Amino acid sequence: MAKAAVKTKAAEASVERRPALGGRAVSAPGVKVEILPPAERISLRAPEASVAALSKALGVTLPAKPKTSEAKGGRTALWLGPDEWLVIDEASNDPLADCAKVSALHSAVGISHRNVAISVAGLAAEVTVNSGCPQDLSLEAFPVGAASRTILGKAEIVLLRTAKDTFRVECWRSFSDYVFTLLSEAASDAAN
Amino acid sequence: MNPAFRIPGAGRLSQAKTASFSFDDKSYAGIEGDTLASALLANGVHLVGRSFKYHRPRGFLSAGAEEPNALVQIVRDDARKTPNVRATVQELYDGLTAHSQNRWPSLAFDVGAVNDLASPMFSAGFYYKTFMWPKSAWKNLYEPKIRAAAGLGVSPDRPDPDHYAARYAHCEVLVLGGGAAGIAAALAAAETGVRVILADEQAEFGGSLRFESGAKIDGENGFAWAQGAIAKLKAMDNVRLLPRTTAFGYYAQNFVSLVERVSDHLKSPGRELARERLWQVRARRVVLATGAIERHMVFADNDRPGIMLASAARTYLNHYGVAVGRNVGVYTANDSAYAAAIDLKKAGVNVAAIVDLRDNPTGPAIDEARGLGIEINFGRAVIRAGGKLRVSSMTVQPKNGGGERTIPVDAILMSAGWTPSVHLFSQSRGKVAFNEETRRFVPGTYAQDCVSIGACNGTDGLDATIDEAYAAGAKAAKEAGGKAGKSAKPKVDASESWSRGMLGAAPGAGPDTTVKAFVDFQNDVTAKDIRQAVHEGMHSIEHVKRFTTNGMATDQGKTSNMHGLAIAAETLGKPIPQVGLTTFRAPYTPVTFGSIVGHARGALFDPTRRTATHPWAAAHGAVFEDVGQWKRAWYFPRAGEDMHAAVNRECVTVRKVAGLFDASTLGKIEVVGPDAAKFMGLLYTNPWEKLEPGRCRYGIMLREDGFIYDDGVVGRLAPDRFHVTTTTGGAPRVMHHMEDYLQTEFPHLNVWLTSITEQWAVIAVQGPKSREIIAPLVEGIDMSDEALPHMSVREGKICGVPTRLFRMSFTGERGFEVNVPADYGEAVWEALWAEGQKHGATAYGTESMHVLRAEKGYIIVGQDTDGTVTPNDAGLDWAGGKKKTDFVGIRGMARSDLVAKGRKQLVGLKTKDPKVVLEEGAQIVEDPKQAIPMKMIGHVTSSYWSENCGRSIALAMVAGGRDRMGQTLYVPMPSGTIEVEVTGMVFVDEKGERLNG
Repeated sequence: MAKAAVKTKAAEASVERRPALGGRAVSAPGVKVEILPPAERISLRAPEASVAALSKALGVTLPAKPKTSEAKGGRTALWLGPDEWLVIDEASNDPLADCAKVSALHSAVGISHRNVAISVAGLAAEVTVNSGCPQDLSLEAFPVGAASRTILGKAEIVLLRTAKDTFRVECWRSFSDYVFTLLSEAASDAAN
Repeated sequence: MNPAFRIPGAGRLSQAKTASFSFDDKSYAGIEGDTLASALLANGVHLVGRSFKYHRPRGFLSAGAEEPNALVQIVRDDARKTPNVRATVQELYDGLTAHSQNRWPSLAFDVGAVNDLASPMFSAGFYYKTFMWPKSAWKNLYEPKIRAAAGLGVSPDRPDPDHYAARYAHCEVLVLGGGAAGIAAALAAAETGVRVILADEQAEFGGSLRFESGAKIDGENGFAWAQGAIAKLKAMDNVRLLPRTTAFGYYAQNFVSLVERVSDHLKSPGRELARERLWQVRARRVVLATGAIERHMVFADNDRPGIMLASAARTYLNHYGVAVGRNVGVYTANDSAYAAAIDLKKAGVNVAAIVDLRDNPTGPAIDEARGLGIEINFGRAVIRAGGKLRVSSMTVQPKNGGGERTIPVDAILMSAGWTPSVHLFSQSRGKVAFNEETRRFVPGTYAQDCVSIGACNGTDGLDATIDEAYAAGAKAAKEAGGKAGKSAKPKVDASESWSRGMLGAAPGAGPDTTVKAFVDFQNDVTAKDIRQAVHEGMHSIEHVKRFTTNGMATDQGKTSNMHGLAIAAETLGKPIPQVGLTTFRAPYTPVTFGSIVGHARGALFDPTRRTATHPWAAAHGAVFEDVGQWKRAWYFPRAGEDMHAAVNRECVTVRKVAGLFDASTLGKIEVVGPDAAKFMGLLYTNPWEKLEPGRCRYGIMLREDGFIYDDGVVGRLAPDRFHVTTTTGGAPRVMHHMEDYLQTEFPHLNVWLTSITEQWAVIAVQGPKSREIIAPLVEGIDMSDEALPHMSVREGKICGVPTRLFRMSFTGERGFEVNVPADYGEAVWEALWAEGQKHGATAYGTESMHVLRAEKGYIIVGQDTDGTVTPNDAGLDWAGGKKKTDFVGIRGMARSDLVAKGRKQLVGLKTKDPKVVLEEGAQIVEDPKQAIPMKMIGHVTSSYWSENCGRSIALAMVAGGRDRMGQTLYVPMPSGTIEVEVTGMVFVDEKGERLNG
């Protein structure tokens, strides 16, 4: 249902979508930094009592443990706070519409365009992110699936480890140039 | 050519790998692995610099980071001219170019050396005394001269072409110092499997094993053992080795900053290599293995080139294969200089004599020296050194007086004992304790999860050091979660050991007033300066330090602090601990600005935020202004237009036709939840409960003290959903302010806040034609005045994409703000622009926005308010909910001074001469004829030329302003007094009819 709705919307749009930094990519020894395609996103806030209903509606279990995420069917829920999740949908489904069907207390706000996602992938990915992010990103402390709202240099980011050597860096649209440029510079030093 | 002082068979460098370099434009040959210092010494060059104050000729004191004298300028190219590089740590590369500093016209003949003769003028605290009179000379003569004379070396005058990297790292055990102790601790910790980082400032690990020829570990020579252990550590996945890396700052919770010199030692580093890399490491446990630094002897003219620390001479011989002279003298107060004498003697260097201040010391080192036939003089002092550009002799005298004897030498090796390097321990906020027996400060009370081992902990002897280090490494790792490792503690087979020595001035250091017995070489502080400081009333070591500048140079007193303290204590007649130790602060050694800045320069200095329509604006000639981190279109000049012409045209066009304005940077917050209206009521002065969904209201937010904090239009999208806008500059702090109150004061409310500033691009379309421009593109929203009145909001579509369409106005004209998802912002703008072109609309920037709102008397928070303005002051009482009993600021507003009469109130001002535009910030007076200082009753907050009004307009805060309507006031300016009339704040369309025009 939701899928169809989005497609109709896209078909109706008479103007083109121009994502920030669309298609930009930089490669350095051991790491590639690239802008990821647009995705659907919501900021979800809810008390504990609503978590089950929302998880069901979203089709993915909202994680309760700090610094974790859950993913299913192209949809990832990142724990950002005791009552806060970032839900990212990369399968063109509409998590906002799914939440709208839930009567349990919650706040779902569409932020698909607020964020830009950058992939940092390769053996030197961890070092690249660590050039601006003070967190411990070892696999023990930040395993695959770990997620955290943190900083990269002078910008706030949400960091998600999608694979052993791959990170998804989410930042606000107007910070994407800064974040991408910083990651690109860091990448060039990471393999050294 | 084999340099004259390179001894075949000595040292560890491969003679085959030569490197040529130049010093003061003369070419020399060195060997790869040399430092600039060892390479110069191999060529017999000792004179390398001039001292800071007296311009005394100086050579090398040390072979390491503590070097106070041998500061040179390394020049790679026009932009890379690094001053104050310590020649003792600069690794040689082929083609290295170095210059001496602080001399003119040449190092051997330096005009500035006249300071040495005039030195009575430059005694301790001279800058507090000498340059006092006449007073006017300070600004015009003394200060410029002193500033020109101050500082060593020449700063590069071009932007730094190098780049600097930065990295955060975490580990369980961070070992600082890669000598015997640090390596043993790292081995023990690494075996448990935890993450270990081992850092050392030298290019090669090994620390004092570089010169301690008597050390044997696991059957090997100490240095060879160290290299083997390092190879073993290097092969372990859980270990990171950081050579050429100085830990310079130790901060809270085991956060340590280190700088790694990545490419300063390379002939031609590739562009991909950073020059330096800043490491910021968070460690569960820190092991401090920072060693000890040898002290010099304090005697007359102890700064002559060729006079150096005994351990330095030993390092140059045993590691670099360089003899520091052919006929050396030794002056010591402890055993370690004997080892140097023995090593040099064995290498074929003549040792003229050992002068030992102690009366009858015994021990194996002394026996060995005697056995080698070296002359030893106990109970005697070197009271003076001869020579100027190079030491030529030492004059010896029994320490209690008696006949003098002058011995010709070409170098003097000295040792007063060893000072534990407690710098990082002290930076960690640990408290040092004075050990009366060994006369040294050692770590006492710990403040963080760290441990000191080896020489920096006052542990003497390699055996004890390895035992202590290995146990500490294992314990630190275990405490940090490591498993029990297989024990393979290194076994010490032979060790050198010495302690004790002396602190303070030796007999040859005075007490007369002209003797220059240097305590602090880099700042030219002598023993008599310290004594003089005490005599002049400085009783605290902190005062002595600042009065004499002892320990205040870039070497931070690594060799001088303890001597200075001891001399001060002796002069005061107090024990050393009572006089105290000055505080150790970061950085341990000088750190480049580049490494601190790291990536944060140029485009990465600070994020530059651009809106979705930025490319369009740039393509259409917009001039941008910085608003916080944002770039905002300021005005859109057409060909031939200056700023005024462009703004005038934009303002007139908006009121005649329409204008498009990018309002995307305004803060936007979505407030969602069943208690949303209740929460809004608590955060804003306005009432919200009765605002119907689909309608908007102008909200005012106060701080607790009753002053205006922010404002903005708020739309209610649904009973439980508000779309709040804030000022551009206020966006983050308003969000935090709201979140703060929600979490701490109103946690019972079911409401959540989400920043949607960047979700929506906002295109303001303002002017009489605004509806005609928008309507053709909109679907699903009735655009009639009845269905969409002023101050309402609808959700629908524009150009086929979702929109939150606000009918609102910040110009006083009929107006809309079109919110669309940001990625569509530019394309929707283009569509609106195309429609606008049919009517002759304009794009306008922030300057016109400011003028248009001022014409209507709409305030800008932060421009017309300054944090001391109440809603009543700003004439905004109407926005307050009269029946409300609670909101943030309600009690503040009732404070007596906030309701008192005569407060400054916001009013309009019209200059009597309509062509005169007031200056923003100009002060307002009632009577321009009063004596200066006049009584100022207010100031101009906003002032513009209004083309629409055909005159200037202004807003101002004026005491009792609303009771002064029609009054004439005055604005005194340097060019004359301007007459103004107090008016209302609305200059255009007072009745507000144009909102529906």
